[in-house]
Amino acid sequence: MIELRAIYILWLREMKKLSRAKERIFGSLAMPLMFLAFLGMGFKSTAIPGLEHNISYISFLVPGVIGLNILFGSMFSGISVLWDREFGFLKEIMVAPVSRTSIALGRVAGGMTMVIIQGTLLLLLSFIFHFSMGPDFSALRMLVGIASMYAFMVLMSITFVSLGLSFASNMRDAQGFDLIINFVMFPLFFVSGALAPISNLPGWLRFFCYLNPLTYGVDGIRASLTQYSVMPLYLDLFVCVLVAFGMLSLASYFFERSDSV
Amino acid sequence: MDRVIKVENLTKQFKNTSAVDNISFAVDWGECFGLLGPNGAGKTTTVNMLSTLLKPTSGRALIAGYDVGTQKNRVRSSIGMVFQEPALDSKLTGRENLEFHAMMYGIPPRSYKKSISELLSLVELSEKADTLVQNYSGGMKRRLEIARGLIQKPKVLFLDEPTLGLDSQTRRRIWDYVKGLLSEKNISIILTTHYMEEADFLCDRIAIIDSGRIIALGTPKELKDSQGGDVLTLEVESASETFTKALSAMAGIRSIKEHQECQKCLAVTLERAETKIPEVLRIAQDFSVKVLSVNVHKISLEDVFLNYTGRTIKNTEEREKVW
Repeated sequence: MIELRAIYILWLREMKKLSRAKERIFGSLAMPLMFLAFLGMGFKSTAIPGLEHNISYISFLVPGVIGLNILFGSMFSGISVLWDREFGFLKEIMVAPVSRTSIALGRVAGGMTMVIIQGTLLLLLSFIFHFSMGPDFSALRMLVGIASMYAFMVLMSITFVSLGLSFASNMRDAQGFDLIINFVMFPLFFVSGALAPISNLPGWLRFFCYLNPLTYGVDGIRASLTQYSVMPLYLDLFVCVLVAFGMLSLASYFFERSDSV
Repeated sequence: MDRVIKVENLTKQFKNTSAVDNISFAVDWGECFGLLGPNGAGKTTTVNMLSTLLKPTSGRALIAGYDVGTQKNRVRSSIGMVFQEPALDSKLTGRENLEFHAMMYGIPPRSYKKSISELLSLVELSEKADTLVQNYSGGMKRRLEIARGLIQKPKVLFLDEPTLGLDSQTRRRIWDYVKGLLSEKNISIILTTHYMEEADFLCDRIAIIDSGRIIALGTPKELKDSQGGDVLTLEVESASETFTKALSAMAGIRSIKEHQECQKCLAVTLERAETKIPEVLRIAQDFSVKVLSVNVHKISLEDVFLNYTGRTIKNTEEREKVW
């Protein structure tokens, strides 16, 4: 059972807190922006193996960096349930007569909103770095592309907030947090084709790329914003929808099962 | 439905230890029921099971007729919680914390706006309502939480160590709020505490808990009476037998013994010792017995605990700390 009012108030709580700590939005944009600045500028005139000539490296990189931001922002948002547990507020949430799925969805909605705001800012800022959507893009094609990018953002944030929640439900405190950053988040990011085309990677590594949901998300955003993609858009979309629902169910299951005290 | 809470053979095991071991009790409508015992006795675990936060290992509990294992959301709608440790979002204001709560419980804005401002004035926080909770004192947070627990008009309010860590003045005020709630609202309260005087002052009935088991249950008066009564120690220059006989004949005197440690003393067990002192002294004068000193030991729940477990609540807690 899903209670919309509960999802709304949980979302509203996140937004109120976000509006009181706006620096959070910019703080977490710093890393993606540095990737854009240093990688984008650094490899500007280098020929990237596997990259076709009709796309510049910066245009290739921007969707990857948007993906990076979604991955980190969403995971952090999911794991932040641990802080609620630490400060006791989770008990207040858990004794309310509301289904655990709604509570998980409220958290997803909050994380998603933050990630979408950041993604939009990131896309706007990337034009400073000479990001281009392609020479033969009509205005209509651009609008469709951006709408399609938002669809991927939504699906990816559902996936990764859920993944963060699943981890948080199975942890007692925030001590394993570094492990998750180093052994889950960075590997997911590096084997996603966010920084370089996966077609160049050795076969065994490419295998992991194809197992990684972030690969399809990044590829989907890339297909939406530029004309370059490894897989067809419909395949990216299909995988992302599937994974988003799967992860959400998993997160609800873990969340329901976990002890709230 | 005769009882608002029915607990039958409730047990919670963590790994190999039983935090709560096969306890049963029932609470009447409108009653304040106390769970009294040292830290680590299993009080909070019991409360967590009754409020659906922890799954019992075995046994059953009904709250307002709903089973805590199978009708969780019904149970959750019927109860209000004030947790042992603050469970507030410190980055929200007091009012926002209450509004969050009201929405989670599905109360429409039109009715919660009004009840929130009423409750805020009940706990004297109206002026601080729009301040972030991180700027509240411990007592203010506690009062806000009590107000929050009442928004959904619960049938049962759980107060888990409501005055832990508060100064005596604030404690007194919290007690007054709780007394007020019991007399004005149609509500039952489950109160856990390790403060004797708190349980004695607030509760209609008390279950004394130790190592996950209920070792005694009754009204504060029953529990204390089971220990015999107050002890009045009379230090006299020389006691005559006629004097002792006259004393024994007084109403309310249960027994008179020679004191074990002080030779010139008489240990008189009796009811409501403080009201009997004048008469005892008058009898002493009649028999020309010179009284050197009078000492009253009022029987407390601590004595009850001591009698059942062989140690005091305070000692038990200190022992826990060492471990």
